[in-house]
Amino acid sequence: MMKQLIVLSGKGGTGKTSVTAAFAHLAAGGRLAGQVVIADADVDAANLELVLQPQVLETQPFQGGQVAVIDQDTCLVCGGCADVCRFDAIIERDGQYLVDPIACDGCAACVYQCPTESIHMEPQVAGKSYVSESRYGPLYHANLDPGQENSGKLVTLVKQRARLRALDDDRQLVLVDGPPGIGCPVIAAASGADLALIVAEPTAAGVHDMQRVLGTLRHFGVPALVCINKADIYPEGAAAIETSCRADGVATVGRIPFDATVATAMVAGEAVTAFRPAAPASLAIAAVWERVLASLEAPA
Amino acid sequence: MKLVISIAGDNLQSPFDARFGRAAAFCLVDSDTGAWTAHANPALEAAGGAGVQAAQFVAGLGARAVVSGAYGPKAYASLSAAGIAMHLAPGNAPRTAADVLAQFQAGALNQAQAATQDGRH
Amino acid sequence: MRIVVASGKGGTGKTTVATSLALVGGESVRCLDCDVEAPNAALFLHPVLDRRQEVGIPLPRVDTALCTHCGKCAEVCQYHAIAVLGQTTLVFPELCHGCGSCTRLCPEAAITEHLHVTGVLEGGLTADGLEFARGLLQVGEPMAVPVIRELKRWPPLRRPALEIWDAPPGASCPVVETLRGADFALLVTEPTPFGLHDLKQVVGIARALEIPAGVVVNRDGIGDQGVDAYCADQGLPILLRIPMERRIAEGLARGRSLLETAPDYRPAFQALLAAIQDRVNTEYAP
Repeated sequence: MMKQLIVLSGKGGTGKTSVTAAFAHLAAGGRLAGQVVIADADVDAANLELVLQPQVLETQPFQGGQVAVIDQDTCLVCGGCADVCRFDAIIERDGQYLVDPIACDGCAACVYQCPTESIHMEPQVAGKSYVSESRYGPLYHANLDPGQENSGKLVTLVKQRARLRALDDDRQLVLVDGPPGIGCPVIAAASGADLALIVAEPTAAGVHDMQRVLGTLRHFGVPALVCINKADIYPEGAAAIETSCRADGVATVGRIPFDATVATAMVAGEAVTAFRPAAPASLAIAAVWERVLASLEAPA
Repeated sequence: MKLVISIAGDNLQSPFDARFGRAAAFCLVDSDTGAWTAHANPALEAAGGAGVQAAQFVAGLGARAVVSGAYGPKAYASLSAAGIAMHLAPGNAPRTAADVLAQFQAGALNQAQAATQDGRH
Repeated sequence: MRIVVASGKGGTGKTTVATSLALVGGESVRCLDCDVEAPNAALFLHPVLDRRQEVGIPLPRVDTALCTHCGKCAEVCQYHAIAVLGQTTLVFPELCHGCGSCTRLCPEAAITEHLHVTGVLEGGLTADGLEFARGLLQVGEPMAVPVIRELKRWPPLRRPALEIWDAPPGASCPVVETLRGADFALLVTEPTPFGLHDLKQVVGIARALEIPAGVVVNRDGIGDQGVDAYCADQGLPILLRIPMERRIAEGLARGRSLLETAPDYRPAFQALLAAIQDRVNTEYAP
């Protein structure tokens, strides 16, 4: 039975991608060898490719939302479009009304009110999605063009393709590197997941954001585990996370120590567990991976 | 009765597509005569609300029943409001729309009693 | 002057830099935490949050006595948030962007709008007297942008001379919404391939919005020279370097601001602020 595991954090920069890359490496060398499809769902900061060094096999343009375009030749400059726009996307400049394509939400309210039908909607290419072969298995990833919206849609696309690939090849696990936060992209990335691993940081900010993402997962019915990264930076904070999780009925599956090897491995473009398997962080991540696997394989 | 089957192709021999809102296409079949037409799913490229859009499209085709693998909450609410019966066919075994039609005619498909997946985004 | 502190990659120290700038900015500063999905600046500034306002999007409500199920609302809605099926008109709140088209165009005037709360704004003063406000997206709500937009529209308690806006991570619509109307984008990165990759994304946005930008390299020394080379190549000034120091990391973990843990950084942040001021003034000079 195919399972989906998503790695999340709430707060950015807690080490999600480093942990995901290590998981991909560990899976490829363990009993899930050849059984994993990897997806990078953090499409506006897609970093997994920097570690997995994929060979891109297929590139597709991603159609994002649509934007309004005003035909200046027939425009009466009545300003009705600016009045109805609730996204402050229509600007008057030198006696002309112009659409700010970055602010435009694509609602078409201006189109419907224009008395001379001078406004139409145009689809925008908002990024690219890729199918790649990485050193640890097929990788589905994407790049959102800077400033584009709709990352929820692109996330869904990436995940859906990864899932279909897993079904087609009869692979057992879709490993998803999730985005930070709790909004649209996270909801899109977490929907349908069998298990979420939260990489928490034992900092005031990390604990706060972990609790918010746990709330989101509860809301959508996704079971969660928590591991604590850079745990020794503030051991009291790590203990507080464990207490808070215990109170919420969420299992904690390990502490990963602060280890400069993680950054060094990133610079080298390698998963930390491959770069230096005996490093303290590598050993800790390997232990977390075993517990996550056990939890994934446990009957629901 | 007019029945819609979600498919990944453009005819009655196309593979069944277990997704509803994001199905590639819909095969509209008259379950009494077997006459069919295929229709591309206009919701395929929708940013959000694919289930709603697909449901409106299917209702517009005049379907009284639909067969798919899963229905998100919004698709479920929309199809229910339109009075369209939702049947479930498992998506894990490869089969064609014609196979699904035969199962439907044999009364072998269960009806969905609630949304079967979280369809958000 | 309005400075946005952004980064692309999460966890590079945006909030650390934003709160430090606010703390050296004097009394007429207003600091907005625009990271409404994961707002953390209050943890370091300790404001008394005594102002509160619910925000959200205007959601259509259909008067069933007036609705003729003509389908106009469904036709004009680009988000499929309203649908007419048989004799029922359904509204899907999670899909609605609050554009108002359905309400405006309903031929029967059967639709009215009511506020669908998706978040809350909170504000107040810190012990040092600086004004702080933040937005909090409600758990389970997808759209951060409307909360950020309302936060920026929230009237300040007094006219601020300096605004510091702490941006969310990433490089999509919430970051754009935060950057709109800013005079300067201060981009905090770390000298690693991840930091560099995401810095490039956010530089792209600042350029598209024609906002001058400068860089802070945090945890200087942990990685490689990629960020330095990129900044030199792009003509992006590196305005401050903060070396990786365990005492700072530990202090932040405990909820102490950088300047509380390391007061020796105060002059560096004062100089940073002055450097930004200089650049903004030059930018707007005739």
